[in-house]
Amino acid sequence: MALTTAPDPTRRGPGSVRAHAWRRGPGRLRHSEGLAGYVFLSPWLIGLMGVTAIPMLLSLYLSFTNYDVLTPFAEAQWVGLDNYERMFTADPSYWHAVRVTVTFALIAVPLKLAAALGVALLLNRAWRGVGLFRGLFYLPSLLGGSVALAIVWVNMFNRDGAFNSLLSLFGITGRPWVNDPDWALETLMVLAIWQFGAPMVIFLAGLKQVPTELYEAASVDGAGRFRQFRNVTLPMLSPVIFFNLVLETINGFQGFTAAFVLSNGTGGPVDSTLMYTLNLYITGFTELQMGYASAMAWVFLLAIAVITAIFFSTGRFWVHYSDGEDR
Amino acid sequence: MTVTVTPTADVPTGPAPTARRRTGGRSVLRLLILVAIVAVVLYPLIWMVGTSVKSPEEIVNNVGLLPERFSPGNYTAGWSNFDVSFGRFFLNSAMVSLLTVAGNGLSCLLAAYAFARLRFRLRGVWFAVMIGTLLLPQHVLIVPQYILFRTLGLVGGDWPYLPLLIPQFLATEAFFVFLMVQFMRGVPRELDEAARIDGAGPYGIFRHIILPLSRPALVTTAIFSFIWTWNDFFRQLVFLSQLEDYTVPVALTLFIDSTSQSAVGPMFAMSVLSLLPVFLFFVAFQRMLVEGINTSGIKG
Repeated sequence: MALTTAPDPTRRGPGSVRAHAWRRGPGRLRHSEGLAGYVFLSPWLIGLMGVTAIPMLLSLYLSFTNYDVLTPFAEAQWVGLDNYERMFTADPSYWHAVRVTVTFALIAVPLKLAAALGVALLLNRAWRGVGLFRGLFYLPSLLGGSVALAIVWVNMFNRDGAFNSLLSLFGITGRPWVNDPDWALETLMVLAIWQFGAPMVIFLAGLKQVPTELYEAASVDGAGRFRQFRNVTLPMLSPVIFFNLVLETINGFQGFTAAFVLSNGTGGPVDSTLMYTLNLYITGFTELQMGYASAMAWVFLLAIAVITAIFFSTGRFWVHYSDGEDR
Repeated sequence: MTVTVTPTADVPTGPAPTARRRTGGRSVLRLLILVAIVAVVLYPLIWMVGTSVKSPEEIVNNVGLLPERFSPGNYTAGWSNFDVSFGRFFLNSAMVSLLTVAGNGLSCLLAAYAFARLRFRLRGVWFAVMIGTLLLPQHVLIVPQYILFRTLGLVGGDWPYLPLLIPQFLATEAFFVFLMVQFMRGVPRELDEAARIDGAGPYGIFRHIILPLSRPALVTTAIFSFIWTWNDFFRQLVFLSQLEDYTVPVALTLFIDSTSQSAVGPMFAMSVLSLLPVFLFFVAFQRMLVEGINTSGIKG
C-alpha cells in the first residue's frame, strides 16, 4: 500500500516547483485569476444585489411608509414608525399570529425531532432492510410540503374523514378537527411531525459516526443501554441535534402552505391557523398594505436572527465537538 | 489508509455478536415497531390514492383505505374540472421546474467554482455573505421583490414566469452554491495544477476539470431544484394571477373554493397526479436524495 503510493511525492515535486515558479512570475496571471473570479461570481453578485440586497433595503424603506402597490412606487407615503407602533401596540391579530407561530414551533419541532431521533435509533442497528425503511420514512419529507398533501391532510381530519373513522373503531366519536379552532393547528402539527424523515436521515448519518469503541468501553464499565444512550450517544450526537434543531425551528416558523390550504387563505377557523407568514401574505397581498407587511417582514427577519443567535450562544454549553477529528 | 485496517471495521455498530442471541426477541419487537411506523407513514398516501378512485357515493359512505368498486372517472373529471385543463397546468409546472433546474445548475456552478478555486479580492467577505443568505427566509423578500418585478412590468406580463425564474438564474439558492463548494473542495487540486502546466487558465480548468467532475453535485442540485420548485406554492401563488398561467399547486387550491362533495374525488385525483413526478424521482434517485441530505444538510 505504502509502496504503491510512493511515486506520488516525486511526481508532485516538479509540478509544485513549476507551479511555484509560475506563481512567482509576472503578477499578470494572478491578476487574471482575480478577474476570472469576478467573472464567475458575476451572476451570483447580480443576484445578491438585485434579488436580495436592494429588495431588502427597499423593504426597510417601505416599512416606514403606507403603500398599496397600485400607485407608482414614488407615491409611497412616509409615516415614520407608525407601522411598527401599530404592530406592537394596536394590532391584536398580529400578536395572535405570533402566538400561533410560536406555539406551532414549540410543540411541533421538539416532537418531530424526538420522532426522528427515536426512529433513527431503531434503524441504526445494521441489518438488511434498513435502506428500505429509511427510504419509506423519508418519503413524507419530499411530499409533505405540497399543496396536494395538505389537501389530503385536511380531508383526512374532516368530520367524516379517515381519522374519525379510525377513532370510531375504538368507540370514540371524533370531531371536525380542521374546523375546530381548538384543534386545527394541532392537525398541522401532526402533518409536520409526519415529515420526520429528513432530520431522521441526518441523525442516522450522525449515529454512524459514533465510534463503536466508545460503546464497548462503556459496556466494559458496566453501563447499561440507557446509560450508554445518555453518556455516549447523546453527547456524540449533540452537534447533529443542534444542526437539526436550528434548521427545523427556522423552518417551523415559516410554515405557510398547509395553513393556507386548511383555511383557504384566511388563517381560520377563528384565526387559529394564522401563521406569521400567512398573516404577512394576507396583509401584503390581500389587503395590499405593503408598507405594513414590510415592517412585519423585518421584524420576522430580526426575530429569526435573534433566535438563531440564542441557539448558537447556548450551544456551547451542551454541544460537544470532539477535537482533532475532521468529520 | 493505515496498515492497521482492523476487523472491527466489519462489525456492525451496536451490540457485540455475543449479545445477538439475547437480542433475538428484541429485534422482532423492533421490526414490529418499525412496521407499525411504516403503516402510519404510508396510511395517508394510500388513502389518498384509494380515495382518488372512489365514486362520489363511496367518498361519502366509505372512508376506508380502498374503494369497493374501482372508478377512475375522477381523473378525467378532474383533468377538465376548470376552464383550463390540467394538462396546461402540468405543462406550466414542468416548464418552470425544468428552467429552474437549468438556472440553478448553471449559475450555482459558476459561483461555486469562484468560491472553491479562484483567488480574488474580498472572496472571504462574499463567501460569508453567501453563507448569511442561507437562512434568509423567502417570505422576507417577497413583498419588495413583488414591487420590483411589478415596477419592471414583469408581473402578469407577456411571460409571467420571469419573476419566478430570474432569481434562479442568478444563483440566489445559496444551498446549492454551498453544496457545490463543498463538493469541489473534494476535487484534488493536483488536477488543476496539471491542467495549468498544460497551459489551461481558470476558464480551461473550469471547462475541462471542474465541470466534468462536478456531475454528481449537479445531479443532486437538479433533483432537489426540481422537487422543490414542483412543490413550491408561495412564490407561484404571489406571482401568477391568470388562470391559464397557473401551475399545478396554485390550480389545486381552486378545488378548495368549491366545497361541494362532488369535487372531492376529482380533487384527490389531481392531487395524486401532482405528486406523481416527485414520487417517481424518489423511486429513481432514492439513494442519491438521502445521501444529498447527508452531505449538505439540505432539508427535503
